[in-house]
Amino acid sequence: MRRIGIDVGGTNTDAVLIEDGRVTGAVKAPTTEDVTSGILDALARLTATGVVSGKRIDGVMIGTTHFINAVVQRRHLSRVAALRIGLPSGASLPPFCDWPSDLAALVRGGVWMVEGGHEYDGRLFMPLDVAAITEAARAMKAQGLKAVAISSVFSPLDPTHEHQAAAIVAAENPGAIITCSSELGRIGLLERENAGLLNAALADLARETIDAFERAIRDSRISAPLFITQNDGTVAEASQAMKLPVYSFASGATNSMRGAAYLSGLDDAMVADVGGTTTDIGQLRQGFPREANSVVQVGGVRTLFRMPDLLSFGLGGGSHVRLDPLGIGPVSTGYRLMRDGIAFGGSQLTTTDIAVAAGVLSLGDKARVAHLDEATCTRVFGEARRMVEEAIDRMKTEAGDVPLIAVGGGAFLIPDQVEGISKVVRVANGDCANAVGAAIAQVSGECDQIFRDLTRNAAIESAQTIAADRAVSAGADRKTLKTIETEDMPIAYLPGNSLRVRVRVVGDVASVA
Amino acid sequence: MTTLRDLTLDDIESLAVGAWILGTGGGGSSYLGLLNMRALYAEGHHVQLMDPADLLDEDWVAAVSNMGAPLVGQERLTDSRTIARAVGLMEDHTGIRFRGIMALEIGGGNGIQPLMAAAHLKRPVVDADMMGRAYPEAQMTSVAVGNLQPYPLSTVDCRGLESVVQKVPTWKWMERVSRKICTEYGSIASTCKAPRTGAEVKQWGILGTTTKAITIGHAVREAQRRHDDPIAAILAVEPGKILYRGKVVDVERRATEGFLRGRTRFDGMDDWRGSTLELDFQNEWIVARQDGEAIAMSPDLICVLDSVSGEAVGTETIRYGQRVTVIALHAPPVFLSPKGLTHVGPRAFAYDLDFKSVFAS
Repeated sequence: MRRIGIDVGGTNTDAVLIEDGRVTGAVKAPTTEDVTSGILDALARLTATGVVSGKRIDGVMIGTTHFINAVVQRRHLSRVAALRIGLPSGASLPPFCDWPSDLAALVRGGVWMVEGGHEYDGRLFMPLDVAAITEAARAMKAQGLKAVAISSVFSPLDPTHEHQAAAIVAAENPGAIITCSSELGRIGLLERENAGLLNAALADLARETIDAFERAIRDSRISAPLFITQNDGTVAEASQAMKLPVYSFASGATNSMRGAAYLSGLDDAMVADVGGTTTDIGQLRQGFPREANSVVQVGGVRTLFRMPDLLSFGLGGGSHVRLDPLGIGPVSTGYRLMRDGIAFGGSQLTTTDIAVAAGVLSLGDKARVAHLDEATCTRVFGEARRMVEEAIDRMKTEAGDVPLIAVGGGAFLIPDQVEGISKVVRVANGDCANAVGAAIAQVSGECDQIFRDLTRNAAIESAQTIAADRAVSAGADRKTLKTIETEDMPIAYLPGNSLRVRVRVVGDVASVA
Repeated sequence: MTTLRDLTLDDIESLAVGAWILGTGGGGSSYLGLLNMRALYAEGHHVQLMDPADLLDEDWVAAVSNMGAPLVGQERLTDSRTIARAVGLMEDHTGIRFRGIMALEIGGGNGIQPLMAAAHLKRPVVDADMMGRAYPEAQMTSVAVGNLQPYPLSTVDCRGLESVVQKVPTWKWMERVSRKICTEYGSIASTCKAPRTGAEVKQWGILGTTTKAITIGHAVREAQRRHDDPIAAILAVEPGKILYRGKVVDVERRATEGFLRGRTRFDGMDDWRGSTLELDFQNEWIVARQDGEAIAMSPDLICVLDSVSGEAVGTETIRYGQRVTVIALHAPPVFLSPKGLTHVGPRAFAYDLDFKSVFAS
């Protein structure tokens, strides 16, 4: 297996080549406004090292913050037609009802609500109002709305009404790009619908961006399928990712943690990703980041996504250092470290200057930091240790000591002995962990639904079968599938021993052959 | 002379936060109710709050709540008009005209239900409820402790289904029969409980709880804005005490007889480092044990709050790793009588424990 992983971060675009489990090439290029030229640049640098030439590449996996930035910055968004199936419930809370008004004004193209939907146990809530959907589809066409988001009550349990509505809209409005909320999972109509609306708003941008990625790969004379990495550390084929851009919202942090797991060989550990400005602390479970299991705000919109549970705090290689009273960050020189840091001729004392003075790093001019004595360096490293230990304690969910993998350019700030940590693990290529995480991403399938009148084991088994089938249809090799998450929750007040089961399985990308 | 207080939208934002805290882990999130109220206020509706002391003895008051599984409410989103229809059905059925509308339970989403009905029906909200918190069942109310008449009860759903439970011998029978109707509706129904006279509300209602929830919520929101300690802010406006600070290390849930039961285990932080807290729940937090010893129990209010935001953490949503502060607030006095304790004391939840208040010296 030979793959290229690319992580498009805020500052750098990193690219790595992984061959048979080893990192054989790693480069960095500045991220560019248009994203694509940064990728072209990174691929050119990787190719220039000679490691790629003449070799067959099995896949290029790209992680990007492009889509979430579009939402946060309110740029490149399409106007969306919202079709909700579920009347007469929820009429007073229509689609977009809890969006920030500026974003709603940009995205809301029109709202249609019709009868239909299901009950928690799969019974029909109301018959689907086909005539009203047909009428809505014609109105969307008349108004020139191409991006359509369809949601239906309890569609994670039974998506048939959404699928029927999508077929009607597609027939009436050829060329419509349709997002069904059931593809985005999770029970909670408003949050699932919001994810669908955001997804539909990104449809055009996703198509253009992913087309541009494919051109960049072709222009770099690499012949390999393109995959886009997702929030949960897995990948989707480009054609699939184009349909569900919201799934790649938080892939950067996830890729770092997955890369840390891979480079260290540890599946269960804490990870500290120390950048220039902040440190992210997360926890790996079976090689995947532990997820934040709650509502997540994206650009002010409440959604439910698979997002890694991270604690970010202001400790990084560029963090400002104050000696009296002692303090580090949260202000940082960021990408100006090489200009503003004392070791580089500037006047701002940073954590990197301390590391240079202490002989931990060989960067810049050591003579410029000669005035920082050993006691000062010890005090500053002690403060960094205190910050790290506090964050670790907040994120840890078990009492025993666990290993900590330190990655990122600022990993020198993590001491070798940390309270609550059995050992600190440092890895080669740790500064490219994010691109490595992209390169090794797998394919997942998820099931989240309510089962009735089944034993707990039978319900979990049914959920596993559904999740496995979804993973395979998303491009996973069935032989490599493993269940990485099982959660069951009995539901109060529902009859018949109702159990909500959520299962996630992952597997390697099936060979194209 | 009756004076009505206009509730601002900001009051209602505070009510949503405070009601969720008084929900003691249950009662469902108040978020969708709040969205409905924002929409109603944007359309020009407004709601007034009435002091129960201003009720005439012969006035009638409607007590409302939504019944069912919170999870179903996350899909079949509450329409603000449905609860108003439950009140209308009761008026049609009994020929009564209600002077005002009150909450069955102030805790959680049901703390906002009377405001939706009040907005549509243009009647005031009476500043009282029958639990002072959230509880799962019909007999766990002050009016049941007072042996007031449990019937009739109206239930409606958004599709136009309407039922009236005309007569039952006890509150427990009311719970059984109405629960069955709710299940058939799809495990969610809007209900108007047995009508109460002004005299009954003044004698048996738990008074001032809407204002209490607004005050608590306001304190939390102000503390958030000023980056102050929200827990201290709550205890500055409502007598109570901090029981424990820690992080969630285990959550075990099981559904039995229509309850969400389970236990959450915490490891102590700060002053509680090295000590363990176990919190049992039956939809709401019921019994807290520190290092094996019961330190707080129903009917005292046990509230689990996010240590940073001060907002409530529910039994359905609490998860591994959350940093929480557990506080206790005073139980309504009506529940502290021997009769009150048979309804909502630890033995009502099958604990072989004698009630001992966390506030007993």
